[in-house]
Order: sequence, then structure tokens, then C-alpha cells
Amino acid sequence: MEYINLLFSEIYKILYVLIPVLISVAMIVWLDRRIWAFVQKRRGPNVVGPFGLFQTLADALKYIFKEIIIPASSNKVIFILAPIVTMTLALIAWAVIPFSENYVLADINVGILYIFAISSLGVYGIIMGGWASNSKYPFLGSIRSAAQMVSYEVSIGVIIINVLLCVGSLNLSDIVLAQEKIWFVIPLFPMFVIFFISSLAETNRPPFDLPEAEAELVAGYQTEYSGMMYAMFWLGEYANILLMCALGSILFLGGWLAPIDTPLFEMVPPPAWLILKILFLFVLFALIKAIVPRYRYDQLMRLGWKVFLPFSLIWVVLTSGYLLYFDLLPVY
Amino acid sequence: MNIIRIFKTVFLIDFLTGLLIAIKESFKPKKTLNYPFEKGKISPRYRGEHALRRYPNGEERCIACKLCEAVCPAQAITIESTAREDGSRKTTRYDIDMLKCIYCGLCEESCPVDAIVQGPNFEFATHTREELYYNKEKLLENGDRWENVLAANIKADNPYR
Repeated sequence: MEYINLLFSEIYKILYVLIPVLISVAMIVWLDRRIWAFVQKRRGPNVVGPFGLFQTLADALKYIFKEIIIPASSNKVIFILAPIVTMTLALIAWAVIPFSENYVLADINVGILYIFAISSLGVYGIIMGGWASNSKYPFLGSIRSAAQMVSYEVSIGVIIINVLLCVGSLNLSDIVLAQEKIWFVIPLFPMFVIFFISSLAETNRPPFDLPEAEAELVAGYQTEYSGMMYAMFWLGEYANILLMCALGSILFLGGWLAPIDTPLFEMVPPPAWLILKILFLFVLFALIKAIVPRYRYDQLMRLGWKVFLPFSLIWVVLTSGYLLYFDLLPVY
Repeated sequence: MNIIRIFKTVFLIDFLTGLLIAIKESFKPKKTLNYPFEKGKISPRYRGEHALRRYPNGEERCIACKLCEAVCPAQAITIESTAREDGSRKTTRYDIDMLKCIYCGLCEESCPVDAIVQGPNFEFATHTREELYYNKEKLLENGDRWENVLAANIKADNPYR
């Protein structure tokens, strides 16, 4: 009986995080389309529900009722597994995101490592999808995407080292609490910019959306997918984007902390600050999607390996040298 | 020159100007119509859904001369006719296959009594093909429904014919 109670309370907790995340993924797809439309002076989805807010739900309903076509030459097990892997990995990473001081699903002390591991695994969904489809474009798309995600993960890893040097802990809540005096975006501003651009590449967003470059690869690894399986890829992608925004706001923008410690800002509940910061980063993501052209593949690789990686490595040396010289190293 | 370029690249100057322009543009008035609630202007000569018109006293205009049937390049029109008791020639059948129709407007052009016309309505999509095989009742009903607009359009377009 005790075990069952424990099980249900855990499931309840998980749903308490997952359902808001899923709903906000739906809202964020709408926001993305709206911002894209606004920059191009269009209206975007504005008919279903107030301001078109329920457009994504209508789309999801449409996807559910569509037929799932599995190509005859595909590897069926992996083909079906791929979108499931993508979506699951995008969602389980939310377990360690702290929404406020005590509002964390799993307050593990290697939170950042966990997120890093999960987002590295995210490549597998794409590789599996591209491989199992057994067709040209998905295969090329997934190869590109694997190379891209692996390259940019390296620079993201080095950037995270910068933050960890200033914090002295891998726990995400500790990282947020270490920013009580000053958000890391100010001392580590160049790292924030590089993290932001790398997370664009990591989530396959424009200008780095090479895996699904529609002009050359139809839809990349999603080409053979249809119906709910396509929708799951799509949801996973947006959940990943949201996760990267959350990670950016936790690492650099002070997570749930208010910008200034005043009584007026104290009244706003802490999770609201985190949501506001995530939204801010996401609006930037969406604006960038609207204004930039797609990178060429060699340019993408050059940027990742020859610019971002050396630069962030040098910054690691600078940060650690600075901390050591002024004796500011955090003690834990 | 080169230094300026390096400066621009490192500090993402071009990108940031682009971002500013994008933000500015997104608050300007929209260029697109809010379609189902807002419609574009349509010329009086617009060739949309067909309609059979009546005279103000309720008499059908069509005299079953079959010029439209003859001129129709897609052969979408089928007409059968008999003499009525009062001796006037009227149609017993007037079908238009809206799926064959190419909306060229020749039927309207050829009609000596302005009976068959193409109105301003372009929103007549249906769920089945059968609903698009229009018969005489459907065409007359269209004529009754759109009569005001049709008459105004014919009058507006008259000087240019």
C-alpha cells in the first residue's frame, strides 16, 4: 500500500510538471507562428480561440486523425521508435529544471550533467528516424543533423564549464542561487551570446535548420513521417527549444530570481520570473527565425569548430585565471 | 575597411540592425486581409458562380436559344426545352457541370437576354462532387439570391461592353 501511495504521489508530481510543459509547448508553437507572421506583416493563426491560441490544439487533433504511413522498405521498429525517443528525451529533461527554490521534480546534484546527457541523446531520435526511413532525404538530413548537434554540443559543454567555475556546483538550484548578487549574463556576456547561438544550432532552428532544409532535403529526417508520428517529432522539437530557453535563463539570466530585489518584485511568484525569462529567450528565437537566411553546411561547421570552440575555451582560461588571481573561487 | 568588417562580424552589427528592423516592422499595419471576415474588392466583371436571372415580374429570362450551350468550350451546359402553353419557348432542363466549367464567361457573353450570368460569389466549395452538378432550380435560386448584386454589376460594366 505504501508503495502504491508513493507511486501515485510521484506520478502526480510528474504530471504537475509535464502537463504545463506540454500546454506551453502548444502555446509556444502558436507564438512562434504569430511572431513569424508579424515580422512579415501577415496575421498568422488568429481564428481558432482567442487570438488563435488554440490553433495548435486544432492541428494536433488533425494529426491524430490522420493515417500513419509506414514505408514498406523502412525498418519498422526503429521507424516507430524514433519519434517516441525524440519526444520522451525532450520531456524527461524537465525533471531537473527548478521552477523555484523548492519546486523541482528531482533535485539531483548533477542536474546540469543530466540535462547535458539527455540533450546529447536527443541526436538518436533524429538518426534513428533518418536511418529507419530508408530513403535518401531523411538519411542526408539525419547525417547533417547528427554532425551539427555533436559539434555544437562541444561548445555548449565548454560554455557550461564557464558557469560551473563561477558556481562550484552542478546542481541547477545552486547555479540559480549563485546569481543572487549578479546574473551571469553580465560577467559572462560573450558566453551568453555563444550559448544562445549554439542552442539555436542544437535545436535545429533557423539559421541552422540544415537537417530540414526544405529547399534541398524536402523535410530532412521527417520526410517519411505522417500523422501523429510527425506531430511527436514536432512536439519534441519545440519541447527541446523550450528546454534550451529554460537552460539559458537558468545558467545566465538568474532562473527564478527577480531582476532587482525590491518588495514590488517580491510579490511576483518566482516561477513567473522563470517563465518570463524563457518567453523572452523564445521571442528572440522566433524573431531570429524570421530574419536570418540559412547557413551553408561548411559555414555551420566552421562557426562551430573554428570560432565558438576556441573562443569559449579561451574564455574558460580567462575566467579561471581571473577567479584564481582574485581568490574568488567558490568553496563547496 | 577590413577592421570595420571584423568589428561588424564580432559584434553582430548587421544581425542586430536586422533584428531592430524586424521588431519595428512587426508593429506596422498588416498587408494581408483577415480573409474569412474581410474580403478583397471584386470587379463587376468577376466570373464566379453561375446564376439564372428573372425579370422583375418573376418570369425567367432564359428563352432556350441554346447559344450558351453551343459556345461553351468545356461543354458543361446541357439544355432541353419545349414550348409552354402560352407559346413561349422555355427550358425544361438547364444543367451546368461546375466541375467541367472553366469559368471563361462565354455563356454570359453570348446570352442575348442576360439570363445566364456569372456572379461575384466564389465561395461555393462542397463536400461531394454531386453537389456541384447544378440544375435549373439551383441556378434560379442563385439568381434570386444575388439579383441585386448581379443587376448592379451588369449596369456598372455596361459602358465597357
